Amino acid sequence: MRVARLDALQWGCSFLEDYVSDTFPAGDSPKPFDRTQDRPAPATPLIPRRRGIIVGASAGLGAALARKLSCEGYALALLGRSKDRLESLGNEINASGGYARAYAHDVSEFHKVPYLLRQVVAELGGLDLVVYVAGVNLPPGGIDKYSFENDRKMVEVNLIGAMAWLTPVAEMFQSAKAGQIVGISSVAGDRGRVGNPGYNTSKAGLTTYLEALRNRLTRHGVNVLTVKPGFMMTEMLKAAQGATPFAIPPEKAADDIWEAMKKRKQVVYTASIWRWIMLAIQHTPSFIFRRLTF
Amino acid sequence: MPINLNATFTQLDNFGHSLKSTCYRIQVAKTEDIHEAFQLAKKLGLTVTARGTGLSYNDASLNGGGITLDMTGMNKILEWDPASGVVRCESGVTLEQLWKRVEPDGWWPPVVSGTMKTTLGGCLAANIHGKNNYRVGPIGEHVLEFTAMLPTGALVTCAPKKNADLFHAMISGLGMLGVFTTVTMKMKHIHSGLISVDAWHVKNLKHQLNSLLEHAPDHDYIVGWLDTTAKGKSLGRGQIHAANNLKEGEDPNAQETMKLSHQHLPDRLFGVMPKKLLHYLMNPFLNNLGVWAINTGKYISALRDHTFRQSHAEYHFLLDYVPDWERSFGRGGLIQYQSFLPKETAEEAWREMLELSHRRGLPSYLGVTKRHRPDKFLLTHAVDGFSLAMDFKVTDKNRARLHALLQEFDRIVLSGGGRFYFAKNSETSAETTRAFLGDEVVAKFKKLKKRCDPNGLLESDLYRRIFK
Repeated sequence: MRVARLDALQWGCSFLEDYVSDTFPAGDSPKPFDRTQDRPAPATPLIPRRRGIIVGASAGLGAALARKLSCEGYALALLGRSKDRLESLGNEINASGGYARAYAHDVSEFHKVPYLLRQVVAELGGLDLVVYVAGVNLPPGGIDKYSFENDRKMVEVNLIGAMAWLTPVAEMFQSAKAGQIVGISSVAGDRGRVGNPGYNTSKAGLTTYLEALRNRLTRHGVNVLTVKPGFMMTEMLKAAQGATPFAIPPEKAADDIWEAMKKRKQVVYTASIWRWIMLAIQHTPSFIFRRLTF
Repeated sequence: MPINLNATFTQLDNFGHSLKSTCYRIQVAKTEDIHEAFQLAKKLGLTVTARGTGLSYNDASLNGGGITLDMTGMNKILEWDPASGVVRCESGVTLEQLWKRVEPDGWWPPVVSGTMKTTLGGCLAANIHGKNNYRVGPIGEHVLEFTAMLPTGALVTCAPKKNADLFHAMISGLGMLGVFTTVTMKMKHIHSGLISVDAWHVKNLKHQLNSLLEHAPDHDYIVGWLDTTAKGKSLGRGQIHAANNLKEGEDPNAQETMKLSHQHLPDRLFGVMPKKLLHYLMNPFLNNLGVWAINTGKYISALRDHTFRQSHAEYHFLLDYVPDWERSFGRGGLIQYQSFLPKETAEEAWREMLELSHRRGLPSYLGVTKRHRPDKFLLTHAVDGFSLAMDFKVTDKNRARLHALLQEFDRIVLSGGGRFYFAKNSETSAETTRAFLGDEVVAKFKKLKKRCDPNGLLESDLYRRIFK
């Protein structure tokens, strides 16, 4: 949607029309970004610094990844709903010599993404990595319960929010012929199960979306990594129903993800045992699988 | 059909492929486009940097997260008068376009860089020097007039005596006061397509610098190769190439040698192997041992002092002789550290630097010396003395140690009253910049920037590194 018309057009030249697009959400007045704040120091050949966005960095895996990536030299934009928690995390990272800046953002406000993305890229001084961690798990409360509202919320946050962010990012990285996208999906997306159809659906959709992006972008030199965590010792674990085997701390998952990022892998399970568990589950015949209760 | 700005997102790098930066790249074809880009940047809160062919060794044409104006579309030679030698060009014209236009008429650009691929806009922003800096100064001294678009929307015309403060600040000003749109320059008259070169070896650093000092007055151009791997009594040994333009009548085949076909740089080695593949063969030798062997071999071959003639293109554009040679440095790329020192302190400082690099196991892989004189441009790098440019290979393993070494180099250069060149060094800090430029110069530059660019639209990674 083209809503911003430039004063420059008084020159009678249409050159910039080609470059103006969905920069501002309809109805919002464009505000220049605040360039008075400190930006990360420019990278140099001997002090390289990559720039990354973590969507959903307030707690759990997002926060653990922020700490890990900061240690690995990334300047980070931390996005999430809780500005207080993000600022606390940002202060911690900045105090340890890294660079992180907090941005309050609700991923279900899709229309704000293009402007915020442009702002973050300007303030970070470029973009090399986007990690989409944001996710919710709202189980219906039993295998005979249904909740469209919960399902809708999960699809909005887990899938459409990811698409809202990764669509422009994919476009940018394809153009740049560089960059890395990491999407946090779940083992729950590998098979539809009785416990939480909405969650399974949102994660299966995300897994497929990431695979499609990977198939589009690999030829352009962009790496797309799908992360499939099993159980993690985070707040989301409370939503899990029944046993939670092989649960790992988010720091361990962050280490696994970083190793996979370095190797530019396509898919990684964390903990790694889930690869074999899910292989078995994926190959379980339907006439058996539909009789199971997990 | 509107195109999303996201689809202009681009990863750019420096000449040495040792630094990458992502930005929105907008191609401009005319002056009005630059103004529109400034308006867009102001609207979106983005910064702007102009970029030519992107051949700076550092971050001069990188603008992470902002807009980079691709100036290579503004590449028309607007007027050329073979009678007076005055040429007016758009700023995206390369030195290659320029010399190929003027050379058949008996003229040559008065100052050229080691590669012919640079644009005039970039040459002015860095105020490049050539192998004749001690004699004719930097390129800015040969500019009769230029026009530039300021971020305010004003199109200014500057000449040595018109807007003189801006003239002397925008040339050397890193493109941070405005974007050059046209350049008018006076070419140098030549009487032959050949140049006479005297080559002789020098046994050590003292001999090298004395040769530059003593023989510069007798030659139009002088440059030294320095064996950066030699130690002890041979430290600083190398070879001098000093050249003179031929006088009228000295070349009996002047009409023939002035033809463009005579200036052609061969693209094949021994007439067979494409030179663009050479860097693959060079790569295995680009390590400390291999470079020691290459330098030693080169010095032995240089022991035969001789005089010969070669084309202007061959003499001036050594960096173009092997296409993509910088890729032979491998994945981490290369950086260059160039220091300018007064003739009184140069020998001691460079002796200390070369010995330090050997002790740390981080020898430079290529060293080049030149003779210089001061100039009147605001952010000048020149001194009455010499420069030494040293290329270093960058690897994942040596980054931290190399950074520490270059910090030591900065300290040595500053204590010797030296200066730095903003198209080369990639690690110079804001503190070092202020130390060699002086508070007064920095304040004057910032005051001019405030006047030309009140909203701070023009920024590059280099500017943020050295002025913020």
